[in-house]
Amino acid sequence: MAKTSSFFTSLSAGRLAVIGVPYFWFLLLAAIPLLIVLKISLSEMESTSISNMIDWSHGWPRLTLNFASYQFLATDSLYIKTYISSIKYALITTLLCLAIGYPFAYYMARSPKHMQPTLLMLIMLPFWTSFLLRIYAWKTLLVSNGVINNILISMHIIDTPIEMMNNSFSLLLGMVYSYLPFMILPLYANLSKMDMRYLEAASDLGTSPFKAFWLITVPLSKAGIIAGSMLVFIPAVGEYVIPELLGGSSTLMIGRVLWDEFFSNNDWPMASAVAVVMILLILVPMGIYNKAQAEQMEGK
Amino acid sequence: MATAPKETNKAAQEVLLRVENVTKIYDGTVKAVDDVSLTVMKGEIFALLGGSGCGKSTLLRMMAGFETPTKGKIFLANQDITNLPPFQRPINMMFQSYALFPHLSVWENVAFGLKRDGMPKDEIADRVEKMLSLAQLNKYAKRKPHQLSGGQQQRVALVRSLAKRPQLLLLDEPLGALDKKLRETTQLELVNIIEEVGVTCVLVTHDQEEAMTMASRIAVMSEGYFLQVGAPDAVYEMPNSRKVADFIGNVNIFEGKIEEDEPDHVTVRCPECVHYVGHGVSGHPGMDVGVALRPEKIMLSKDKPNGDYNWCAGEVIEIVYFGAHTTYHLKLDSGKVIKAQELNNTRDLSCGLTWGDRAYASWNNLAMVVLTQ
Repeated sequence: MAKTSSFFTSLSAGRLAVIGVPYFWFLLLAAIPLLIVLKISLSEMESTSISNMIDWSHGWPRLTLNFASYQFLATDSLYIKTYISSIKYALITTLLCLAIGYPFAYYMARSPKHMQPTLLMLIMLPFWTSFLLRIYAWKTLLVSNGVINNILISMHIIDTPIEMMNNSFSLLLGMVYSYLPFMILPLYANLSKMDMRYLEAASDLGTSPFKAFWLITVPLSKAGIIAGSMLVFIPAVGEYVIPELLGGSSTLMIGRVLWDEFFSNNDWPMASAVAVVMILLILVPMGIYNKAQAEQMEGK
Repeated sequence: MATAPKETNKAAQEVLLRVENVTKIYDGTVKAVDDVSLTVMKGEIFALLGGSGCGKSTLLRMMAGFETPTKGKIFLANQDITNLPPFQRPINMMFQSYALFPHLSVWENVAFGLKRDGMPKDEIADRVEKMLSLAQLNKYAKRKPHQLSGGQQQRVALVRSLAKRPQLLLLDEPLGALDKKLRETTQLELVNIIEEVGVTCVLVTHDQEEAMTMASRIAVMSEGYFLQVGAPDAVYEMPNSRKVADFIGNVNIFEGKIEEDEPDHVTVRCPECVHYVGHGVSGHPGMDVGVALRPEKIMLSKDKPNGDYNWCAGEVIEIVYFGAHTTYHLKLDSGKVIKAQELNNTRDLSCGLTWGDRAYASWNNLAMVVLTQ
């Protein structure tokens, strides 16, 4: 009896360790930093340092919450415009990735089994080079005296260089290029698992292949579409490097505003408030959506 | 079963499906179906019976249009449908593990085919209601397939394939996914629904009981061709080859030579005994034949039977009790082991045989089938 109980205690200690690792990770690298950001956003900038939230100078704790940053955020149209613009670019990026990625993933999933590892490799290949390097490479391709314009001019197709840099075209190109694999991979995982008998059944019931694609394949790959879209949309909203290097001054993205607040204006509470609002903007619709999904899965 | 009346008026009915010399070769070498011809009458339930890899599913898939024959033609109501895609054939199929669309409700699953035909909405609603009540599924209309039991899913699959009123219904291992007890009740439900609708059926199964209880005719398949086609009782009682006799039910086969060959009887001499068969056989004296004898047609006793024919003796080496009957394994003096099945019609084991007993097996002169191939 004593032996078995000690066995079970050691087992539960082992279990605790295994389960504990991700929780510890989450706590240390996500929850605590997030709370610190939240705290800073509710503080005030006192020349070079941040005001204390809890004041002990009167002998008892006094909690000061400063909503000035949020107030400013809500009243200054620049921030609102930037949020809307960020969401717009992220949405367009997601839709473009879906439009390009879906046929790609579909083709991969339907190609012969022995070809699939090679195709998968091609998707992963860009990750072998640093992301930053690849964005710089796009810059040299797109600028007025860059590779593409030079070739087109030397071939006498155009006389004056096409403006491809520092506008929404270059921004979206960079974003779609960078995030496409994150759309393709979950879609491929989903589509390659699909049971082909559903398509046979649809065909048997009088559905043409084109219609069967929209009525069966697309709805059945919904989970893949959602996963891929989330993986693209969420980081795209807060993207900083691509708008900084390819977007120019005309494209407004919240990531750059964040950077400016932190490092140019040195206004940490403001920057933190911008970050908190951005997280809420993404999290709240996601939470509502997930809840609806879960309820639908219950099927009641 | 309900097979007898259908069998009698079959001749008066027209041919619905005609398969002409169909061959299917995979990868240039593998012959899945080898020169098969077959006709299915209107209103018939026809079973393709065989072990895995015998080509029965490939043949069914060619009828549905998922595979195209390498050679040969398929006609439905005298129209050549060999190269018609599945979505243009007036044929519907019930898939092996149902293939119910998981993202659609029971109602939408049944309505799926009707919507593709552009049927008016109120007619679709009517038809779906009718179909659901046929399968007693009305109260499950809003459920998703994964919320139903195996038997309910099976009935949804059936009425989905019936909803378009196909000329021909194909059933691919219709009861394969159900457990034994459920199979028996579902089998009858299935036949009742099919007969109520009056649709012609081709079904594929590896289960001889399923084929026998459901079908009016059975084709026994092996290695891509038909071994025998006939009514269930004909295939069981008059198998035309060792393979068929062996595949359908249990059988003891005695190898021997024809001794006497008369129009009204033949005798076959085997190492174990001499068979006196009470009917003529197309053969000649000295010909090598097999004599097939079903275990349930053998009587066992401790006493030596009279006469010189149709009995043999051996030692009881195994007794397998099944409840309703008991199977005795008898090791004959030649070393051959035969099976004999005794009905347990009293509560004490009636013939009183036990392990190691010497027993006599006997049978009457119409119990066996002489197999020439």
